[in-house]
Amino acid sequence: MQGVDRRIRVLIAKPGLDGHDRGAKVVARALRDAGMEVIYTGLRQTPEMIVSAAIQEDVDAIGLSILSGAHMHYFREVKRLLEEQGASDILLFGGGIIPDEDVPKLKELGVAAVFGPGTSTQDIVDFLRQAVPERWRAQGLG
Amino acid sequence: MRKKHDWLRETYQKSLEKMPERPVAHRTLSDIAPEPLYTPEDIGVLDPEYEEKRGYPGEYPYTRGVYGSMYRSKLWTMRMFAGFGTAEQTNERFKKLLKAGQTGLSVAFDLPTLMGYDSDHPLSKGEVGKCGVAVSSLADMEILFDGINLEEVTTSMTINSPANAIWAMYLAVAKKRGYDWKKLGGTIQNDILKEFIAQKEFIFPPEPSVKLVIDTFEWGPKNVPKWNFISVSGYHIREAGSTAVQELAWTLADGFEYVEAALKRGLDIDEFAPRISFFFDVHNDFFEEIAKFRAARRIWAKEMRNRYGAKNPASWMLRTHAQTAGVSLTAQQPLNNIARVAIQALAAVLGGTNSLHTDAYDEALALPTEESATIALRTQQIIAYETGVTHTIDPLAGSYYVEWLTDEMERQAMAIIEEIRRMGGVVRAIEEGYFLRELAEASYRYQQEVERKERIIVGVNAFTDEIPLKVPIQLVDPEVERVQAERLARVRRERDPKRVEEALAGLRRAAVEGQNTMPHFVECALAYCTLGEMMDVLREVYGTYQEPAYV
Repeated sequence: MQGVDRRIRVLIAKPGLDGHDRGAKVVARALRDAGMEVIYTGLRQTPEMIVSAAIQEDVDAIGLSILSGAHMHYFREVKRLLEEQGASDILLFGGGIIPDEDVPKLKELGVAAVFGPGTSTQDIVDFLRQAVPERWRAQGLG
Repeated sequence: MRKKHDWLRETYQKSLEKMPERPVAHRTLSDIAPEPLYTPEDIGVLDPEYEEKRGYPGEYPYTRGVYGSMYRSKLWTMRMFAGFGTAEQTNERFKKLLKAGQTGLSVAFDLPTLMGYDSDHPLSKGEVGKCGVAVSSLADMEILFDGINLEEVTTSMTINSPANAIWAMYLAVAKKRGYDWKKLGGTIQNDILKEFIAQKEFIFPPEPSVKLVIDTFEWGPKNVPKWNFISVSGYHIREAGSTAVQELAWTLADGFEYVEAALKRGLDIDEFAPRISFFFDVHNDFFEEIAKFRAARRIWAKEMRNRYGAKNPASWMLRTHAQTAGVSLTAQQPLNNIARVAIQALAAVLGGTNSLHTDAYDEALALPTEESATIALRTQQIIAYETGVTHTIDPLAGSYYVEWLTDEMERQAMAIIEEIRRMGGVVRAIEEGYFLRELAEASYRYQQEVERKERIIVGVNAFTDEIPLKVPIQLVDPEVERVQAERLARVRRERDPKRVEEALAGLRRAAVEGQNTMPHFVECALAYCTLGEMMDVLREVYGTYQEPAYV
C-alpha cells in the first residue's frame, strides 16, 4: 500500500457491558462519510476481542466508546494487549462519559485523544486525518 | 354534550373523596382563585370535538389527565433515580433523599447486575458499582433496604432482563421482614422490547425474554396486586436517538405487543392492564413534549378500549413516569443544564406526568453528587410549590398549537404503529433490524443538523465562551469490587447448599416446561441463590442473543 490514496482504517468498538451505542454508531458513520474504512465491532466486546480484530483488520486506529464509568479499566487493558502483541503503534482514542480529571490519566496511558459529549464529528475526522498519516510516515508507508 | 358542572359534581367530587385537595393556597399571587379545570365553556367558544378528543380529567380518553383532580389533590411523585457502589452506600443515599422530602425510591443498578452477572464474574471487572448499585444476592438487597419501611415507601427498580430475579429478591426481603405483599407498592421496569430496540441490555432472545415478562403479568396481580410489573419505556428509545414521534409510537407499540402476548396466554385484560405503567423522556422541545404526553394517553385509551376490548377504565389509563433528557445535557458549561432540566420538568408537569425524575446538571460528566441530586429535586419542588402551574388541571388545553400538535403527534404515531403491525409486530420488526436502521438514521440526521448549526445547542455549537468551572464529581470507590466479592463468598459459604440446588432445579424445570417462573425465582431468592446462578440456568435453557453490528 503506497501513496496518497491509502484510506484510513478505523475500528470502532464498544467494550464491556454497556450497550449505549448511539455515539459509537454516529461516529462510525461520520468517519465512513469522510471516506475512511470503518469496522464496527458491535456490542459487548472484551479487550481481547477488540485487539485481535484490530490486528486482523490491520487498522490504523481504534476508537473506544464507554459510558459506564469503566473507562480506566478498558483503556488500560486494550493498551496492554496492544503492547503485548507488538501493535502499540495503532492509535487509540475514545469517548463517552469520561470526567475531565481522568483525561490526563488516559493520555498518560497512551490514549491519543478523548472526545467527550458534544464533540463535533468533524473534530474526530480532523484528528484522524492528522494523526494517522503521521503514523504512516513513521512506518515508512505514507 | 357533557357539561363541566357534571364533571365537577361527579368525577371531580369522587376524586376528592379519595384524595382531598392539598391544603395549600390554590390562588395566584394576585389572589385570583383558579378553578380546578377550564373548558371551552369558560371562554364562550365552541369545540365540537371537545368530548371526543379532549374530554375531562379522570375520564376517557384521558387526554387531560388520568385522575379526576390531578395535582390539586396529589402532586406527581418526586422519584429520584439513585444507586452507586455498594448496597450500604446506596442505602445511605436513599435515607438522605427520603429526609430531603423525596416521596419514592428509585434504584439504579450497575451493569453487571443489569446483565445478570455476579459482582465477582470476570466480565464484571471494572464495572462493579460504577453506574448503579451492585446486587448479586438477597444479602445485598437486605442491606439496600435496611431501615426502610417497605409498606410506606414505593420502590421503582430499573431492571429489565433479570427483572424477575431482582423483583423476587425485593419480595423476599419483604417476606423475611414480615411485610404484607398486598401492601407493597412499586414498579419494575421489566420492558425487554425496548432493550432490543434501544438500550441493548438483553440476555436471551426476544421470544423467551417476552415470555419472562408475561410471567410477571400473570403472577403479579394475584400476588402483589399494587405493583406495576412493567414500565413500558420510551425513555431509552429517545436517548438512543429517536424523535419524539418515534418514541411515542414505538413505546405504545411495545405496550400493545405485551398486551397481545398476555392475551395469547389467556390472561384477562382487565386483570393485568391496570398495572401496566409507562415511562417517557422529556426533551427540550417544550410544546412537542407536552403534546406527546397528551397524545400518549389518548392513543392508549382508544386502542385498549376499541381494539383490545378492555372494559375496566383502569385498563384505559396510561399512567406514566417521566425523566428529563440526559442526552440533552451538555458537558460544556454544565451549570446551563440546571435551566434545561427545569424547562423539561415543567413540560412533564404540564403534560400531566404522574411521577418525575429530574437529572442532575453533571449528568454528562459522571454520576450525580449529593449536591447536584439535591438541586435537581429542588427544581421539582420549585415547580410544584412556587409556579402556580398546579392550580388548574391541564392548563394548556385549548391552546390552538398544543391541541393541533397533540392531534398531529397522534396521527403520525398511529401511522408508525400501523406500519409495525403490518410487519407482524415488534418482535418481527426487531428481527428485521427495523429499529436499528431507523435509530441510526434519526440520530445521524440530528448530529448533522447540529454540526451544520441548523440546530443550536447553547455552549456547544454557539455561545461557547467557557467560564472555567470545577464541577465536583462523584467518584466510585474501587473498594466496591472487593467488598462485593467478599460478601458473595460469605453468602455462598453460609447458605444451605441443598436448598440452593433444589431452588435452581425448580427454576430450570419451569423454564424447560414453559411454566410460570416467578414462584421459583422467589424460592431461589429466599435460598440465597445468586443473580448469576439464576440467570445462568436460563442462559442454558433459552440461549443468549447477539444483535447484528449495524452501522
